[in-house]
Amino acid sequence: MAESGGGREVRVVHVMGTVVSFDVRTPMTPGISRALDAAEERLRHVDAVFSTYRPDSEISRLADGTLTLDACRPEVGEVLGLCARIAEESDGRFTWTPGGRLDPSGMVKGWAAEDASDLLFEAGATDHCVNAGGDVQARGSAGPGLPWRIGLAHPHHRGDLMTVVTGTDIAVATSGTSERGGHIVDPRSGHPATGLVSLTLVGRHLTHVDALATAGFAMGDAARAWVSAMPGIEAFGVTTDGHAWQTPGLPLWTGGGTAGLG
Amino acid sequence: MRRAVLTTSATVAGVGLLLALKPHHGGLAAASGPSGGGSGGAGSGSATVAPHGSSGASGSSKTSGTGANGTYTGDVVDTRYGPVQVQVTMKRGKLTGVKVLQAPSENGRDRRLAEMSIPRLTQAALAAGNARIDTVSGATYTSEGYIGSLQSALDKAHG
Repeated sequence: MAESGGGREVRVVHVMGTVVSFDVRTPMTPGISRALDAAEERLRHVDAVFSTYRPDSEISRLADGTLTLDACRPEVGEVLGLCARIAEESDGRFTWTPGGRLDPSGMVKGWAAEDASDLLFEAGATDHCVNAGGDVQARGSAGPGLPWRIGLAHPHHRGDLMTVVTGTDIAVATSGTSERGGHIVDPRSGHPATGLVSLTLVGRHLTHVDALATAGFAMGDAARAWVSAMPGIEAFGVTTDGHAWQTPGLPLWTGGGTAGLG
Repeated sequence: MRRAVLTTSATVAGVGLLLALKPHHGGLAAASGPSGGGSGGAGSGSATVAPHGSSGASGSSKTSGTGANGTYTGDVVDTRYGPVQVQVTMKRGKLTGVKVLQAPSENGRDRRLAEMSIPRLTQAALAAGNARIDTVSGATYTSEGYIGSLQSALDKAHG
């Protein structure tokens, strides 16, 4: 299916309550094919370990106190350590104990997607993209000399975009009023976050960018100053009063003269 | 497209210092030593302002019975975003103006945000412009929500 030059190998995995799409542009090899299997298996494993919806997951048992951290797989400690780091970086706006119960869900999806992306890269798929329910980790390019183009979904018009971000080795995460119905609560106030309809952050590593987007969204209006002071991170925000804002370094694809962009 | 430029971190730092200066109104005359009390420590509370004869001290620095008059240049304060220095103008002990002399300008700090109305690229416009889109970022969709989504269409269009 994937011929060299414009070929794609796409795999769609329903996991973690959402859909993860793998899009490999490097010509397929048996090694890459095995890595795709391994990446899919990895996501299912992460879901089993970290799902807060499964009472038998290690995270649920850890939260219940029927399992100690020492007895958990090492990745549990790794994720909780990452949570602590982002919590510090966001002055407590990121939390892994919403409502007082252990729940690192805000970290797990981006981390798992970047991990899956690393598996593909190490197997030789230097050009690929992993989209985990709207959070994107792209590596290499979309084709010879073609940076990836990542559309930012319009929060009010399903199927439409607001703008298009472009780049190689780029991570894009959007936090917003989720289709899953859950509203992000500002852990400092205990109230649902207000001020923003959606916040997209762009950086290099999805683990970091995804967690920061969750934290930034919880800040509401204060996210502007916060993200603008963050080196290596660009942002695009949509406010509840119908405006949008962006950092000046956001790598936008401007259409190269094609119609309909602007 | 409507565009307005907002200053962010510089303004925020400036406002932070402005707020920190306010309680000092009454006691400003006491901080009269050249660069006196400049602890230089981080944090907004340490922004002491002293009358300064050098650059920027354009006005006369008189202290009368009714309060300070003139232009005062604050010490450079190290904030988490970088060094900040402000100049304040006082009239009869009241703060009448603040000017940011120095604000963080290292890479990625002190960046201006552009504000606009929400841009919209319709599917029709994207199709008409032959715009290649590889993938879509948005608020997390459910497994059901994925069906019929633009991402789903992009995934099907491979080959």
